[in-house]
Amino acid sequence: MVSALGWGLDDVVATTRLDAVVNWARKNSLWPMPFGTACCAIEFMGMAASRFDISRFGSEVLRFSPRQSDLLLVLGTVTNKQAPVLRQIYAQMAEPKWVVSVGVCASSGGMYRTYATLQGIDRIVPVDVYVPGCPPRPETMLHGILKLQEKITKESLSARKAHIERFYESFARQEELRVKRGLSEPQVVREMILEAGATGGAKIW
Amino acid sequence: MTPEHPILQRIDEQLPGAILDRHDFRGDLTLVVSRERFLDVVDLIFADGFQMLVDITAVDWFQRDPRFDVVYHWLNLVSQERLRIKIRVNDGQAVPSLVSRIKGANWFERETFDLFGIPFDGHPELKRLLMWEDFPGHPLRKDFPLDGGDVFCDDNGASYSGCAHSLND
Repeated sequence: MVSALGWGLDDVVATTRLDAVVNWARKNSLWPMPFGTACCAIEFMGMAASRFDISRFGSEVLRFSPRQSDLLLVLGTVTNKQAPVLRQIYAQMAEPKWVVSVGVCASSGGMYRTYATLQGIDRIVPVDVYVPGCPPRPETMLHGILKLQEKITKESLSARKAHIERFYESFARQEELRVKRGLSEPQVVREMILEAGATGGAKIW
Repeated sequence: MTPEHPILQRIDEQLPGAILDRHDFRGDLTLVVSRERFLDVVDLIFADGFQMLVDITAVDWFQRDPRFDVVYHWLNLVSQERLRIKIRVNDGQAVPSLVSRIKGANWFERETFDLFGIPFDGHPELKRLLMWEDFPGHPLRKDFPLDGGDVFCDDNGASYSGCAHSLND
């Protein structure tokens, strides 16, 4: 079909999938919240500042409130005592939300193989990208963000939603167990991890 | 500081029998003091200038009887000399608290209670300092598993099945 001006429909209309166009918008406007607990947070400052500059990738709008951000950057060692805090912060974030685990401590406990340290945040919150290093250099963290963008491009909107819902279910179960057993928050998360371990699982969400 | 240090003579004169054992290593003097006379010894060395309580900690000797050493490090701010005082206690035996004399002892004693399970008699608020209230056990005891009994840290135990979450493959 050609209009009086000589344009075809193909010249003025683009067809695409909803997932593709929404994800294109999402991946280019990530709002990170830094959860900085160790030296990774220092490297992160280098990544955010002008020399390495995350604004080149559309994610420079750092917010120090979980309510205003959709990318949780976990930068450093997370102790068992902090585990319920991290879960609550993740629960409070705006949807859709993603998690990048920066450095070996956040990813696996790193060199802190002790009673005090959570052996990887993927046990308590869903992690999308792991960034290796102790601490990782800024360009490694940037690579992590690029990898996340790649992942967002490919993901399904409904799958992401269901994925986050699963976390909320585990969060509600945590509160239920806490009240039922009369435990402190760190202890209930600890017991959930150990119970998951007894059945061969590693994560509680 | 040598074993002939004047502070030793003063303790021996005024509190005979309070010192159970003494040794020095490269000039650092250590006194093992009886639990009953501990506060008297502290008052005496405090009057003598050892007024800064640098640290309180403990050592778990596990198989030994009595099991624990509670260790106090003192600094004399005038002479810059250091003095280490140890008390030997068994599991469950209380140590006299220093909080009524030295406020800085408060958190040191809570930390020692938290990590070793050694109670301090007369402490105004003896509760855990670092671990959460209902944490099971005392982590710096030698019979506490280093990784807290976490099955995923066990080389021979369950395999770690947590992995990167994937939505699309």
